[in-house]
Amino acid sequence: MSTMQSLDVTRRSATTRPSPSVRETEEVAKLIDISKCIGCKACQAACYEWNDLRDEIGVHVGVYDNPHDLTENSWTLMRFTEVEEEEGKLEWLIRKDGCMHCADPGCLKACPAPGAIVQYSNGIVDFISENCIGCGYCVKGCPFNIPRISKKDQKAYKCTLCSDRVSVGLEPACAKACPTQAISFGTKSDMVEFAQTRIADLNERGYDKAGLYDPPGVGGTHVMYVLQHADRPELYAGLPKDPKISPLVEAWKGAAKPLALVGLGLTALFGFLHYVTGGPNEVEETDEEQAKKTIDERGDGRGGR
Amino acid sequence: MTNTWADIKNTNLVVIMGGNAAEAHPCGFKWVTEAKAHNKAKLIVVDPRFTRSAAVSDLYVPIRAGSDIAWLGGLINYLLTNDKIQHEYVKAYTNASFIVKAGFAFSDGLFTGYDVQKRDYDRSSWSYEIGEDGYARVDETLQDPRCVFQLMKAHYTRYTAEMVERICGSPKDKLVQAWEWIAETSAPDRVMTSMYALGWTQHSKGSQNIRTMAMVQLLLGNIGVAGGGMNALRGHSNIQGLTDLGLMSNLIPGYMTLPGEEEISKAIYLKPRGFKPLRPGQLSYWQNYPKFFVSFLKSMYGKEATADNDFRYDWLPKLDLAYDVLRMFELMHRGSINGYFCQGFNPLMAFPNKKKLVNGLSKLKFLVVMDPLATETASFWENHGQYNDVDPAQIQTEVFRLPTTCFAEEDGSLTNSGRWLQWHWKGADGPGESRSDIVIMSDLFLRLRELYRKEGGAFPDPILGLHWPYKLTEAPSPEEIAREINGYAVEDIPDPKDASVVLMRAGQQLDGFAQLRDDGKTACGCWIYSGCFTEKGNQMARRDNSDPYDSGLAPNWAWAWPVNRRILYNRASCDANGKPWNPRHKIIEWNGKSWVGADVPDYPPAMKPEAGMDPFIMNAEGVARLFTLGLMKDGPFPEHYEPFEAPIANPLHPKVNANPVARVFQGDLEVFGTADDYPLVATTYRLTEHFHYWSKHCRINAILQPQQFVEIGEALAKAKGINNGDMIKVRSNRGQIIAVAVVTKRIRPLNVDGKVIHTVGIPIHWGFTGLTKKGFGANILTPYVGDANIETPEYKAFLVDIERATPSV
Repeated sequence: MSTMQSLDVTRRSATTRPSPSVRETEEVAKLIDISKCIGCKACQAACYEWNDLRDEIGVHVGVYDNPHDLTENSWTLMRFTEVEEEEGKLEWLIRKDGCMHCADPGCLKACPAPGAIVQYSNGIVDFISENCIGCGYCVKGCPFNIPRISKKDQKAYKCTLCSDRVSVGLEPACAKACPTQAISFGTKSDMVEFAQTRIADLNERGYDKAGLYDPPGVGGTHVMYVLQHADRPELYAGLPKDPKISPLVEAWKGAAKPLALVGLGLTALFGFLHYVTGGPNEVEETDEEQAKKTIDERGDGRGGR
Repeated sequence: MTNTWADIKNTNLVVIMGGNAAEAHPCGFKWVTEAKAHNKAKLIVVDPRFTRSAAVSDLYVPIRAGSDIAWLGGLINYLLTNDKIQHEYVKAYTNASFIVKAGFAFSDGLFTGYDVQKRDYDRSSWSYEIGEDGYARVDETLQDPRCVFQLMKAHYTRYTAEMVERICGSPKDKLVQAWEWIAETSAPDRVMTSMYALGWTQHSKGSQNIRTMAMVQLLLGNIGVAGGGMNALRGHSNIQGLTDLGLMSNLIPGYMTLPGEEEISKAIYLKPRGFKPLRPGQLSYWQNYPKFFVSFLKSMYGKEATADNDFRYDWLPKLDLAYDVLRMFELMHRGSINGYFCQGFNPLMAFPNKKKLVNGLSKLKFLVVMDPLATETASFWENHGQYNDVDPAQIQTEVFRLPTTCFAEEDGSLTNSGRWLQWHWKGADGPGESRSDIVIMSDLFLRLRELYRKEGGAFPDPILGLHWPYKLTEAPSPEEIAREINGYAVEDIPDPKDASVVLMRAGQQLDGFAQLRDDGKTACGCWIYSGCFTEKGNQMARRDNSDPYDSGLAPNWAWAWPVNRRILYNRASCDANGKPWNPRHKIIEWNGKSWVGADVPDYPPAMKPEAGMDPFIMNAEGVARLFTLGLMKDGPFPEHYEPFEAPIANPLHPKVNANPVARVFQGDLEVFGTADDYPLVATTYRLTEHFHYWSKHCRINAILQPQQFVEIGEALAKAKGINNGDMIKVRSNRGQIIAVAVVTKRIRPLNVDGKVIHTVGIPIHWGFTGLTKKGFGANILTPYVGDANIETPEYKAFLVDIERATPSV
């Protein structure tokens, strides 16, 4: 999405030319403390406002998640999960879903379009939409199932971590809007340190498995969670326990990608695209699945999975 | 709020009961997260539903809707039997030691003096014994069986944990755990805050719900201290301002009352409002009532109001009845009202029994709606299929829509829950033909005045004589009105000690209500707001957020009534000698010469502790009331009564099931449902994503919560064959709605009086205008009965049944 000139790109998709890198910035991170989140959706509203996006006014399908999934216009979403592992100990876990800004981004690795996906030195992974060819490889490459392809312009969209705000010294819009400071923003090292104080507080309150979600399988992320049950991230609307870039993407990167790049692979590309959009879903089944099924059955579901 | 939003960070324990702060007040809720993160506070949520507040709580206790007094009465019993009260505080700062008149008693659900015909009490025995010295008698040992402490103890012995579990359905282990945590705050250096809202007010005994927790807070010594208090979270940005300025049918500004028709002179009106101290050495600040009242009349009638004509007391309207909204719609329904001016209000959605409301509005000759939005009320005559199934041809009411600007399109002040008057500036001009409420009302007034001037009329004087001193007659500015509300000297006020010295010049803005006079030399629109716009300028516009004591009080940000005091009754934060109970969170203290500290003392600033003046200076007793005398219509001690539609008979006294003095109109009684036909307990509520019936007109809010739904538990869903996402019908004896079912673990069946009771949760935000999917007003279902004291409708507990809607819907 970024339209700003970047002097600090560390990686560009499908390109071997060196990236602009004269400026080096400190790594940033957004820390989402789920134990402080009240599911008010102010972050969602702020995201629509700042990015000038508006989704469709949908329907209610039996869950508080609205819209029901990420879309090209909804880059973040509260996912609500009722968990009762122990009789009488109900928890309503509310997770703000959106791009995790992986240190080792599967989307960027999978992307065949030169410079359509970049990573800045501060860690933000951004889509440069004008370079996007709408192939959808980023969707398959993402272990968190985040990017969505617009039906209108066939380009991929996702959270930018407000790269435009961050580049001028502001926090992301969602962090600004959060009334309970469940979303913090700062340097990654500060956020990791701050998370430890929150984890200590949760330990005192009886959550002895509280911890930080910063999964090493993708090199760590620039969006991290404080979880009450860090041993079981899947409780939080299917947050993957050990996310990794799909082996298919790794294979594609090794073999198929050069083919596409030399322009021979249009057919193969569409074949792959079909696989991406219609193929098996890596993200584990969650409570939301039932809801989405319901929408799909009603015929007004939107794509994405 | 007795306290203020940011002060919540100072608490040790937050109890959210009768409200849902995380969902309905998410921005204020940040102070709960602050208290948890930085003060190691715990959060208890007591609610029929596991809400978004419960999602971040340390302890959630389920409760049956409409049984809060039983729960809290049990808590009082627990505190008294386990001796978990702050003794010194209770003895010195409450009326626990006061002796109650012989003759006062309670038995079988009724206090002394009940008249079944009138559905009302003779409250004469609900008072103190007065000694020969003219003061109330007390027993400092609290042993006299007629003292408030002993009567209270006896009253609540019936509320055992077992009885509470039976009435409320709260599992006993969770109940007792919550009570233990609460009891810990009886220590002088521990404190609890009570955060509540419509979950307590919208009951036929709403005022008493709040009273019961106020008693708990007094027993624990948690009133007047940092991080404590009774904190009403107001639902509209300016609803606090509405009540402060007397926008209730029986009030005038500053919580003074409109005279009754029998109060034919000012002297007769003021006689029962003498507020003579009931104990020696007490301030009894309401003794100044005549000063507030005369200054109000001066602001209304200006030069016309003089001592010789009783300051035009005769021009004030006199009440023959209480004209609350329920009464007004009842009168409309009976066809005895011709016209209705509806300003900033959407009663077609907001008041109970929609069918009755439509019927009432249809009998009007004219309806004027002033609103920034196209409300349902303004469109009540339109047919919207099943959502508003009326026949426009049969409705002859002429409807005028006067579009107004919204708050962001005008200057002015809003008063928040914490009593802060915050000035705001216009962000943009209003669209189209919209005009501000002030301009519309001024235009109306000037036209009426002209008509009265030309044509006379039965009683033109109050209109012709109204003080109207504004520069632009047709458009008084918000500043001018604010200055008038603050008050000013009408003429030069000389120093009584030296007539050559002038204390205040004519036209000078008052510094505060201490300068008000009953001789007509001062005018003041709302005495409690005096100090908001002084000679130093607009105090409400102050934006200095410095907080020198790190107390959360930020004394130079905006302005709080009264006299910029942020914590009411703060003298009670110190012991009798003026030492703070909790030195870590002190608000004020006695330094040997005066009261000093982070807040403006709620006490005469130089009054020595040894003088014996008690902290609750507004009360004639000087102390807080555990026993409220005759001030509450339904009893001096709160008693558990069932909602008017209840699933069980009242286990405490089945013959007196519901509130015996709540007003019920003929016709409404007949449409109350019974548990045989409607076995499920329903409760209505708000969601974070929406603000009443407004935000459904906003695209983003509509995206975030697009369509009406109803929440039911898994067990009930299974029994009724309902799946998540199905359309279901919810029926009460007054009507039915159809909505999407949310089947959830967050609503549990409760074991109540040997029965399994299911709860149906009904969010309220949908109607037939706006951008969301069309929906049904939840008020189609709700009963037409209000709180016995202030007539807030009983939206929180009534009976329904549900079934799957046919697939075609």
